Amino acid sequence: MTTTRTPPLEITNLRKRYGRKVAVDDLSLRVNEGEIFGILGPNGAGKTTTVECAEGLRHPDGGTVRVFGIDPYRDRAEARQLVGVQLQESQLPDKITVAEAVSLYASFYPRHADTEALIARLGLTEKRNARYRKLSGGQKQRLSIALALVGSPRLVVFDELTTGLDPAARRQSWKLVEELRDDGVTVLLVTHYADEAERLCDRVALIQAGRLAACGRPDELISRSTAVLPSGIHATLDDAIVALTTGEAR
Amino acid sequence: MTAVLAEPVHPRPGSPRSAFRNLVAVEAKLLVREVVPLLWGVGFPMILLAVMGAFSHGPDKSLGGFSLVASYEPILIAFTCSTFALQGLPTVLAGYRERGILRRLNATPVGAGRLLGAQLTVNLSVTLIVTLGILIVGAAAFGVPLPRQPAGFIVALVLTAAAMLTLGLLVASLARTGRVAGAVGTMLFLPLMFFAGLWLPQATMPAALRRVGDDTPLGAAVAALQHSMAGQWPSASGLATLAGYTVAFGVLAWRLFRWE
Repeated sequence: MTTTRTPPLEITNLRKRYGRKVAVDDLSLRVNEGEIFGILGPNGAGKTTTVECAEGLRHPDGGTVRVFGIDPYRDRAEARQLVGVQLQESQLPDKITVAEAVSLYASFYPRHADTEALIARLGLTEKRNARYRKLSGGQKQRLSIALALVGSPRLVVFDELTTGLDPAARRQSWKLVEELRDDGVTVLLVTHYADEAERLCDRVALIQAGRLAACGRPDELISRSTAVLPSGIHATLDDAIVALTTGEAR
Repeated sequence: MTAVLAEPVHPRPGSPRSAFRNLVAVEAKLLVREVVPLLWGVGFPMILLAVMGAFSHGPDKSLGGFSLVASYEPILIAFTCSTFALQGLPTVLAGYRERGILRRLNATPVGAGRLLGAQLTVNLSVTLIVTLGILIVGAAAFGVPLPRQPAGFIVALVLTAAAMLTLGLLVASLARTGRVAGAVGTMLFLPLMFFAGLWLPQATMPAALRRVGDDTPLGAAVAALQHSMAGQWPSASGLATLAGYTVAFGVLAWRLFRWE
């Protein structure tokens, strides 16, 4: 692993508040090139705010965010060429077709993927002329993944990639994420599913109330937490999260 | 096999300009796919034009010397313009914001500002096309002369569209959902169209009502369009009224508009 290159994402002492509510409080983390990095935590922990700062959609109140060394808020155009995103709860117009959406988004990027190949890769060829409203939940999700990938990004951010998907569709999405890593794309995966993070992620950051509770490989986090778990239990990342975020591991 | 995801770099470079062209093309397609607004904004004025033409019997003193159909043409132009600007535009934009579409675009290099530009372009274009249609059908079928002061007519038309589109943007800024935006747009549309003379042409309004109407955007718009069609330059005060509304609505919309 090269450490001399600028990392896909480096967050240092990030702070963000909405009014009086502190969403992110002094958070630092670094995502290495080529890894699947998970951001895990309960709802409202500040996961989405953190990645929105990385996407340049929000301006941090304090600290720095760098995407491949670029400030994603100040130098948006440049940073957004490198980052593909799939946002939580983001839809498309009801009557746009799959092919129209993919080629529209392709035209936003100077280096874009072959749109038909991408549609085929995501299993949407049969639906290429279907309108967004007529797609199933899984198909909508795959289309939003296609839009995240169409600019040939070097970093892809998936926010709640598999929420609301059936088990088969979840596994399909997981396979896709692994293939992305095999292609050398760095993946930032925001999730509240521990099994998903354990299965996919090279490293995981646990966020609790806007702070970094723990960061490391899933197996590291599990072994760190087994000290406080009753012996004889086969610990999972889920157990580790509970142990590490409630402070029982300290 | 998996190379499709990461590697493929299309040789044809996309530029911001072609991105804008594509946004305009897609927004135009989406507009055409909405049948009801299209019937309302294009079909209804055309039908009304035909009805007025059928009942028109030459110049009428009570209509300021215009025929019925001639006095209604500017009203129908104002009708089309405000339908797309007050009902189409805000419903679409507030709906896009509600559904995270603007936010998603802001995460691309292009940004949602260009979508706003595309929406304005599409709605303005439709207004201009329907206006042209009204003028051509009116001239060919019912003998209404084309505007005798074309430059004044274009100025009046552009200012009318600008005042209505900026008001539409303001509605889109204030309404939280597409549905609310549509309702607010309709609530504004009805009184504005009243002063435009949809139910009671300006020439038949009592003097006091007409004076009030002259200070409303569509009252001023219809008077300016009417004058330029008859060969006069639109009154400076009427054009100033339209320009003033455009600036006021535009500044408010600029300050209040939210992407999410």
